[in-house]
Amino acid sequence: MAEYWGLGLFTLLGTAVVTLFMVLTTWLGPKLVFPEKQEPFECGERQVVSPYQRFNVKFYMVAISFIIFDVEVVFLYPWAVVFNDFIGNGAGWYAYISMMVFLFVLSVGLAYEWMKGGLDWN
Amino acid sequence: MEFDLSKIPITLFIFSLIVGLFSPIMTWVERKQSALMQDRIGANRAEILGIRAIGLLHPVADVIKMITKEDTFPLGGSKFLHNIAPMIAAIPALISFAVIPYGGHYQAWGADWTLVVADLDYGVLYLLAIGSIAAYGSIIAGWAANNNWGLLGSIRVSAQMISYEVCMGISVVGLFMVFGTLKMTDMGIAQQETFRVLGFVEHLGWAQAGTAWVDFVKLPMWGIFLQPLGFFMFMTALIAENKRPPFDVPEGESELVAGYFIEYSGMKFGLFFMAEWIEVVVIAGLMTAMFLGGWSVPYIPDATLVEFFRGGVGVNMANVFAMIIHVLIFFTKVISMIFFLQLIRWSLPRFRYDQVMDLGWKILLPLSIANVAVTGLIMLLVKEVTG
Repeated sequence: MAEYWGLGLFTLLGTAVVTLFMVLTTWLGPKLVFPEKQEPFECGERQVVSPYQRFNVKFYMVAISFIIFDVEVVFLYPWAVVFNDFIGNGAGWYAYISMMVFLFVLSVGLAYEWMKGGLDWN
Repeated sequence: MEFDLSKIPITLFIFSLIVGLFSPIMTWVERKQSALMQDRIGANRAEILGIRAIGLLHPVADVIKMITKEDTFPLGGSKFLHNIAPMIAAIPALISFAVIPYGGHYQAWGADWTLVVADLDYGVLYLLAIGSIAAYGSIIAGWAANNNWGLLGSIRVSAQMISYEVCMGISVVGLFMVFGTLKMTDMGIAQQETFRVLGFVEHLGWAQAGTAWVDFVKLPMWGIFLQPLGFFMFMTALIAENKRPPFDVPEGESELVAGYFIEYSGMKFGLFFMAEWIEVVVIAGLMTAMFLGGWSVPYIPDATLVEFFRGGVGVNMANVFAMIIHVLIFFTKVISMIFFLQLIRWSLPRFRYDQVMDLGWKILLPLSIANVAVTGLIMLLVKEVTG
């Protein structure tokens, strides 16, 4: 637990500095509000369409791919940390081949997504 | 719960160094280095009583100006989200330096000092986790603005950051395999050792064991020598996560005016920039700790350095001397790394958005998976040969 209290102090300090900046900028600045100033910036034009509309499905594809591959990262980390111990115990090839099978399946998934055009931006 | 009082000065030192020195000076570095590279004079106007100090007063002027600017808010946006977004962006950037060790372990006058705020067993995971929280700040900022540019920026930033998070995660797996740990101080200790580059010559029977020229060529066990490809991929992914040029498509001023922070003014706008600059320092610190040998003097393990001073000044002062040398070495490496990152930032033009995504998914991701496979194979072959 001794480590966490340094971390807590650091987090507290960081939060305090950021909060101080936020409070200061809210208090100190001039306040002159009129409708034209409050309009969302659109290079001088009035806003024609609301931004809250449908957006390109490509971004959704990226998010789905991210979930798949990020879970893979989670599986890789424990294996990577103990890989040296496996080699030391003489089980290196066993550990290596098991993970390579997993990585191969994932690479096939990546290749499939690539061929189907899931990674293209045209 | 035990209190380790040495953590107070250690925490205060690194925090004041980052907030008080590195963060403001980065704005100066940004201007002066670009000026140097583009053959301009750069910022030199801010002055106090006629003292200009080669533009070093500009960060002070910036902060005073930003704090006293009006805080505007776009009609139709979400006030709550608008206010918490800069905090979500800035706080993770500030606190992510907590697990990066800027010195080793020292004993003086009966007290133990480990120069890291929190020596967590899962140090790198903490950094990756905190780093991905920062993405929310940018996403929320664009979403809450009721602005088309802002929303485009925030959609772009979400897709870019999650893409590069995958590459970032896999490109360091090779390093974890080599060092066998996620703890950053253990990585620093592991990097103090050396290895013989030509050692394979002996094992293949091309030279006799103990040949002088084989023993002579030694490299420190730095991450960059053990994982050269991992170093460059990890750095690329980190720069992309940082949303700085050449990866600044979410905020590209010629495309999206300012991207996700378009509706911010005053210090709320400043907080986004502060976060970005502190992230540069964190990236430099992370690369130093993981790939560039951390705090240690190359070829000289910590214990040897302490032993060297011990004869002259006693064991306590020897530890203090070693501490000072190590901290100076660490920050020299960090500053060199910042210089290098700034060189990249001012040398390369901005990528197109499809190029950014292609680099992430079609180049870095397959390469980093291959890196894991090749690293494992080499480790196994080394074991087979050396026995």
